[in-house]
Amino acid sequence: MIRVELSKLLRSRRTWVTITVIDALPTLVAVLLATTDAGPRPGTGPAFLSAVLTDGTLYPLAAIAMVLPLFLPAAIAVTAGDAIAGEAQQGTLRYVLVRPVGRTRLLLAKLVSVMAFALLALLVVAATAYVLGSVLLGHGSPGQATTTFSGTSLSSSQLAWRTGLALLYALLSMLGVASVALFLSTIVRSPLAATMGALALLIGSSLLLTLDAADVLRPYLVTRYWLSFVDLFRDPILWHDVVRGVLLQGGYVVVFLVAAWANFVTKDVTD
Amino acid sequence: MIRTQGLTKRFGRVLAVDGVDLEVEEGDVYGFLGPNGSGKTTTVRMLLGLVLATSGTIEVLGREMPARSAEVLPQVGALVEGPAAYAGLSGRANLALLDAMGASGVRASRAGRIDDALERVGLGGIDRRPVRAYSLGMRQRLGLAAALIRGPRLLILDEPTNGLDPQGIREIRDLLLDLHREGTTVFLSSHLLAEVEQLCDRVGVLDRGTLVVQDRLDALRGPTGRLHVRTPDVAAARALLDGQVEQADAHELLVRHDDAAALNRLLVEGGVRVEGLAPEHRSLEDVVLAATRSGSDRVAR
Repeated sequence: MIRVELSKLLRSRRTWVTITVIDALPTLVAVLLATTDAGPRPGTGPAFLSAVLTDGTLYPLAAIAMVLPLFLPAAIAVTAGDAIAGEAQQGTLRYVLVRPVGRTRLLLAKLVSVMAFALLALLVVAATAYVLGSVLLGHGSPGQATTTFSGTSLSSSQLAWRTGLALLYALLSMLGVASVALFLSTIVRSPLAATMGALALLIGSSLLLTLDAADVLRPYLVTRYWLSFVDLFRDPILWHDVVRGVLLQGGYVVVFLVAAWANFVTKDVTD
Repeated sequence: MIRTQGLTKRFGRVLAVDGVDLEVEEGDVYGFLGPNGSGKTTTVRMLLGLVLATSGTIEVLGREMPARSAEVLPQVGALVEGPAAYAGLSGRANLALLDAMGASGVRASRAGRIDDALERVGLGGIDRRPVRAYSLGMRQRLGLAAALIRGPRLLILDEPTNGLDPQGIREIRDLLLDLHREGTTVFLSSHLLAEVEQLCDRVGVLDRGTLVVQDRLDALRGPTGRLHVRTPDVAAARALLDGQVEQADAHELLVRHDDAAALNRLLVEGGVRVEGLAPEHRSLEDVVLAATRSGSDRVAR
């Protein structure tokens, strides 16, 4: 079933259009930066953006930091919200289940497919940004090591595994959104409602983060630690927020996936 | 093939299916009748493990459902409440996708089985157009093809001729009879009495969630103990059969009498010319109307 879902994902035009749209933002930013040379002052603007003017190899990380707060999670909310409710709405859910495909297996296949979409989007963004970064943006002289936020330098192998770690961290953050949207997708009849529900959580969480009165809630908000992967590029690595982020996302993932599973396997499929 | 005991489903406060004991034997073409909203579709969904019963047991192909659905369902082909397909893909791609799902069909024989199934339902010459461009009748045929790709032992079909023209209905009827001859058991849920009358040998009638009739069709349509007599001499016949005539018009009498041969002799010897003489049979419509109340789609004042 996982193979079937993956092939559906890859054959769907929507997948590629969405990824192209997501990818357009960092591409546009790269072009603007290259043509105007007006980067944000250090310490302001999106993460990494001030650094990329001097070192284009950091641009993949800046690009990921750009799409992570809204673009990518919104696309994931759409994909995961559609997972079960969409099949139910077009009537195919009942035919899939009587094939038979076990309900647990179907849910798992849908989750894998959503995460494959997230990975694909992140890789496309990172790859495009790498090319753009090295062609358009700050050319550190060849062989020169990349500089961390702490001012020390990173060898390219260190940069590679830290980037890999950052990708994994971003993926886990997206798994949190995916779990919430998938859970909603097993409850409501309309895929749109599931997507809107997940987006509401996302936007609500981002808003509350800026509100001082919501201080007590802050450590538990789903988006709280999403951008903490930046800390992986300090020297030494600042693990505190990264670890909390992993635990928090893990909590969201476990709670909502278990709820989705418990709801779906006991559900009357009447669509 | 299918056996349920005390099958009951409650949706909140609504009792949709109430203590249904179905019995479908191997080789039956079983017609499952009932007015709209009588619980037919809910029952079908319970047989397939889509809706979970509130109480009661279900056995399909001799195994308990939904616990053993992984063994049962691969041998069952189903069409539930209209066909459905991935609208952006072609009919053939849809079937290939379905066949690859679950305990997937043998890959090497997939293309051949898909061709066979399409051929059987009259879509052999189908092109690469996506399903969203199909007519309702084509979708219905595609849904049937999907039910057939794995050569099921049991077909569970809910309103399989919806959206088809008379020609198409005929084709599907012939197809189902062919499949039945090849040994497939057919469970046909429908509200079209004519369809069931022409296809089925056993009938169950559901009314407001209760199974009110379950019998062989020929037993249900057995003689009523009355005879139709066609004659030009109506008055003479009435005089001769005083008290036995229950209805009469200008050319025909309905006589309570259980022996056609004896009645014929009586009439002929009495000088009544007989044009036709036949035992009266109940129609399926009579049986169903007698057993059911009007459907839930009628909202009376």
